Amino acid sequence: MRPNIYYSKRVGILGSGLTLFRSKMLETPQELAFIAARRALDEAGLELKDIDCVVIGSAPDAFDGVHMKGEYLAHGSGGIRKMVSRVYVGGATGVMVPISGWYHVASGLCEKVLVVAEEKMSGDLPHPQAIFRYIWDPITEKPLNPNLIWIFAMEMHRYMKKYGIKKEDIALVSVKNKRNAINNPYAQLPGQITVDDVMNSEVLVWPVQRLDISPTSDGAAAMVLASEDVTRRYTDTPVWIEGVGWTLDNTSWPGRDLFYPRYLENAAKMAYRMAGIERPNKEIDVVEPYDPFDYKELHHLEGLQIAGRGQAPFLLKEGFFDLDGDIPSSPSGGLLGVGNPIAAAGLMKTISIYWQLKGIAGKMQVKRPVKTGVAQAWGDLMQASTVIVMRN
Amino acid sequence: MHKVAIVAMGWYGFRPLTPEVSFREMVFEAATRAYAMADIDPRKDVDTFISCQEDFWEGISIADEFAPDPIGGSMRPTMTVSGDGIQGIVHGAMQILSGISKITVVESHSKPSDIEKIHKIVEFGMDPIYVRTVKSPNVHFLAGLDASKFMKKGYTREDFAEVVRKNKVNGLSSPRSSYASKLSLEDILSQDYVVYPLSKLDIAEYVDGSIVSVLASEEVARKLTDTPIWIDGMYFSSDSTLELSYLGEAEYLTISSREALKMAKVDSPTKLKGGFIDDRYSYKELEHVESIGLNAREMLREGELEKDGDFPVNPLGGHLAKGIPLEASGLSLTLDGFEYLLSGKESAIVASWRGIPTFTGGVLVMRR
Amino acid sequence: MEIHEEKRLEHPLSKEELDKRPKIEYKPYAKYSYSAGQAITKFLEGLKEGKIYGRKCRKCGRVYVPPRMYCEDCFRPTDEWIEVKDEGIVMTAVASFISWTRERLESPEIVGVIRLFPSSDRDFVYPALFHRICCSYEEVKDMSIMGRKVKAIWKSKEKREGSINDIDCFKVI
Ligand SMILES: [Zn+2]
Repeated sequence: MRPNIYYSKRVGILGSGLTLFRSKMLETPQELAFIAARRALDEAGLELKDIDCVVIGSAPDAFDGVHMKGEYLAHGSGGIRKMVSRVYVGGATGVMVPISGWYHVASGLCEKVLVVAEEKMSGDLPHPQAIFRYIWDPITEKPLNPNLIWIFAMEMHRYMKKYGIKKEDIALVSVKNKRNAINNPYAQLPGQITVDDVMNSEVLVWPVQRLDISPTSDGAAAMVLASEDVTRRYTDTPVWIEGVGWTLDNTSWPGRDLFYPRYLENAAKMAYRMAGIERPNKEIDVVEPYDPFDYKELHHLEGLQIAGRGQAPFLLKEGFFDLDGDIPSSPSGGLLGVGNPIAAAGLMKTISIYWQLKGIAGKMQVKRPVKTGVAQAWGDLMQASTVIVMRN
Repeated sequence: MHKVAIVAMGWYGFRPLTPEVSFREMVFEAATRAYAMADIDPRKDVDTFISCQEDFWEGISIADEFAPDPIGGSMRPTMTVSGDGIQGIVHGAMQILSGISKITVVESHSKPSDIEKIHKIVEFGMDPIYVRTVKSPNVHFLAGLDASKFMKKGYTREDFAEVVRKNKVNGLSSPRSSYASKLSLEDILSQDYVVYPLSKLDIAEYVDGSIVSVLASEEVARKLTDTPIWIDGMYFSSDSTLELSYLGEAEYLTISSREALKMAKVDSPTKLKGGFIDDRYSYKELEHVESIGLNAREMLREGELEKDGDFPVNPLGGHLAKGIPLEASGLSLTLDGFEYLLSGKESAIVASWRGIPTFTGGVLVMRR
Repeated sequence: MEIHEEKRLEHPLSKEELDKRPKIEYKPYAKYSYSAGQAITKFLEGLKEGKIYGRKCRKCGRVYVPPRMYCEDCFRPTDEWIEVKDEGIVMTAVASFISWTRERLESPEIVGVIRLFPSSDRDFVYPALFHRICCSYEEVKDMSIMGRKVKAIWKSKEKREGSINDIDCFKVI
């Protein structure tokens, strides 16, 4: 591991906050954002007046039913009479928010930044799925009346076909993550399930079945980031953001081979170069890859260069990614176990790595000592990835 | 702190209707022009890309999907800032200052002509629980409230008409001004009210357009051009929600200009040589000029805001002459400022607002 | 765990509890008439004639279907219109038992991606369409449809209107 030679300013993490992730919450989006933000401030030992800038992340405006959702969420997120803006890369937003928080601080413009991500999907009628119809190309794709699960199913099937992977091997991700979520007090769908449970669950869009998918959720997450000086003043056990990377592939997803997320490889290499990581499968101790669907975790472990192409299912079977494995994956329980309030879920994954590196993950704490952790999110039309590397 | 410069800008459209091109083709045209001016290859030379857009302006959920291709940003670090182009420029500058980028591209575009009823989309931006339910017949009601409060500071209908006259005639010197015209004060004052105290001429129209800007670090900027336009100061901010924000003043620009001027080490905006200031409602130009720390009423009445005055405001016409290109509005004002400085002027302040129902705006202090 | 012993502020609800709470319904009026632009206009006109048009970049050789007026890889305008075949290889296929509003479907709808010719199986990017595939659920489930050669089944000339739906589906030949 080489020290980071490219960037002079270090950025640390001072606190984190989450709401419960649940299918239906009484609170408005603003109130959910407030609860998470307040908890992050409390953990950091700060008040809103200490915060210079706020960065907000949220996925489609249509979910919360407000145009310019960043403006609406600013209030609950503490973005009052200060610099506040919203960043957006579809489902990959949750990890883009701390990346943006990182450059707010690393640029020298801000010293203490509050990053907040929120999603409320329970208000959508007739179903959140209907919202996703509008993510497709309005002229060449939407007339086919697609639903979101179609593209996931298409990608999953291509991945299975390319490497001869069985559905049973992919179902193990769901089993692992829901099991890990039993240790997570915020989780919506923890549980001991079996591969058979997944295989016998309702077929939605073959090869995708009900238990291959994370649920829709309401929830929010927040973090406080700060400059090196401030971080050292407030904590003796700092966790640093040491690498960030993001990439968008082109819009024309049908014209790309879906078996491999080349855009994630790009984003990961950008973050690893910055963090001085040369051998990701040796130097990374714990990882939170984005898992809205079970095969996605495997796909992403390959894109992150932690597993070779087509190899992730075999490593998974051997227990390599278990809590006591070589590189524990989704120790939080992931989206499959904790829930999927889109942008908040990505930030929850970043927070999970922070807990691990800080040593405060409680029952979620992985068995081996950890020095370097990675969180990742994914989004748009099989197109976007965001990667963050943290160290203690 | 290191500096960031704008080294090139390109634009396309700025017409009320652009049925012959898709928004993507329009963005490609603007990008091509910006890259030609900077003499760079976006596929090799640009480190990060930023697009500024909002889903409901585009009519696409997750409009970010369409961001990369037309600006050369596919398989590169591209992201969306869901906000005004000025916010995008500040994000871009922060990426450069953080060391992660040497050249960053900031894009924004608008195609309101594709939207059937744009006022319904504006209404959809209001708080769902206690503002939309008011069911006002007219989205400009918020501007009417704000303007009435503002008039209590001693401004008159004639002052607002003067802004309309000035900006519409200034626009005649810019090729982007679809709504420029030469009107008399009587023409303007004889219009019916849309919402008191505003008539149709006090309210800027929408326009289709795209703008792409190229930002560079100090070292790279000096290599790329002999005339980099430096961003000496920058900031953006939001006030609060509707019921908690200050009406009759633009707190978002007071905060933003205070911080941006401090960063630029400028103790008073009067030291600058002109302003490119949001005028999507005539009175807003005056409110915004006040909020950056100037006596707008006196300056207007003394003719100081005129093109040949001491502190020209919107000498190329502003939004009243060019139209509102949605999230590209901040870039439209920045582009005017950029051209103004390239023509030989020394410095300028750009002050943008996101429009109703927001209390969000941003400021750039630019120097040649 | 230590950090999560906060006072509970949030209120998860069951469906029944949620239904009892006051709610404000709002149906956004969000309607658009998207400008198809130069590339897609010609593409739709082609479909009406029973042809699939693409744009080719002479610099890198890439063919864009659906067409683009610019090459995203080279960042330059594409050079020429070419007609690609209405035949290709099924790259992936799935069987949907739910509609776009998530209602249950009696018999599954089968859709997938078709890599159109000219292209080769070594390409990572290629001209392609996302469309319906006329085949059985079994052929999807056992993956045998993937890799098969298929051809477009066009609507009759009178019924074509310049839409992606002018093709009924792609079918094995
Ligand atoms: Zn090319």
